[in-house]
Amino acid sequence: MAASPRCRPLGASEWCVVTSTWLVVIVSSVGAYALKLAGYLVPAPVLARPSVRRVAALLPVALLAALVAVQTFAAAPALVVDARLAGVAAAVVALTLRAPFLIVIAIAAAVAAGARALGWS
Amino acid sequence: MSGLPAEADPSATAPIGLLSAVRRDAVGVGIATGAYGLSFGALAVTSGFSPLQAQVLSLALFSGASQFAAVGIVAAGGGAAAAIGTALLLGTRNGLYGLTLSGLLPLRRWSRLAAAQLTIDESTAMAVSRDEPGQRTLIGPAFWWTGASVFVFWNLATLIGAMAASQFDDPRVLGLDAAVPAAFLALLWPRLRDRTTRSVAAAAGVVALILTPVLSPGLPVLFSALIAVAVGLWPHHRGAAPSGPANGAS
Repeated sequence: MAASPRCRPLGASEWCVVTSTWLVVIVSSVGAYALKLAGYLVPAPVLARPSVRRVAALLPVALLAALVAVQTFAAAPALVVDARLAGVAAAVVALTLRAPFLIVIAIAAAVAAGARALGWS
Repeated sequence: MSGLPAEADPSATAPIGLLSAVRRDAVGVGIATGAYGLSFGALAVTSGFSPLQAQVLSLALFSGASQFAAVGIVAAGGGAAAAIGTALLLGTRNGLYGLTLSGLLPLRRWSRLAAAQLTIDESTAMAVSRDEPGQRTLIGPAFWWTGASVFVFWNLATLIGAMAASQFDDPRVLGLDAAVPAAFLALLWPRLRDRTTRSVAAAAGVVALILTPVLSPGLPVLFSALIAVAVGLWPHHRGAAPSGPANGAS
């Protein structure tokens, strides 16, 4: 992992990027634990409202779907169709066939690598 | 049955067969989840996180979807705020699991601190599935055994995945950039159980793509959360049962 691709968008020093990665690690860890603990400590009526429960159940669906779309097509700031799409399409087929998680990931990676080896960026 | 103090109360003693079934299931779920941990460790390292940072995420954050999101957004060039925001929004459901579990588990003050860390999709699903007449004494064992088992296997797998991936230089040659969206898709798949969730997923994907050229990386994903908020609060959907934890996603 020599020349860090993380420096690209910032044009900043390696030190700066390493620090911001630790910032992500620490703040998201502390925040995630606080959210978990809140469920045990916050008075039930606040979190028990049906609308709050529905939003919380739908949040992962929206966020994960957005992540799938962005990570498949985005080459910030543009949208591109490249070998990743072939990999994700293969993952859809594998999931439809009820393949286990690791197989799905391996198939997606292998198909994308194969498409690239055949000359598709 | 002469082990844990929680099992000492005779009225709370579950049949031995059921208890060992709970333990067997817990280990099975732990091993299955370890598969996600392998790919998390590998993807974190190819995304520019150090093996130590990947391990701290698995130990301290300990929630698969949030970990994948934090790593994926940093890899895509998103800012720290977008990565943290998305990881925490994905973590809000654990708070609701805690609310459900605090009514089911007999917890002392200090044991809540440990229970909170182990509150994830898998441990909640296994505990709630024992909330049936004649099985309620198994709620505690199901929660603790599943949570501990997933924690151990998830962290071991992260270590192995991170170590293996640090041997490679260019993730694109191995197609690992396609493995990231595939991982999110595999986490999403079991949640697409009805028309509402499928519509929310489709709309969120489209909105995120439309916003990608105009917003900085990471923000389009955060904006897509508004769709979940809008649909969740929409009065028309009142009465639709909220989904519980999905199987196989942490």
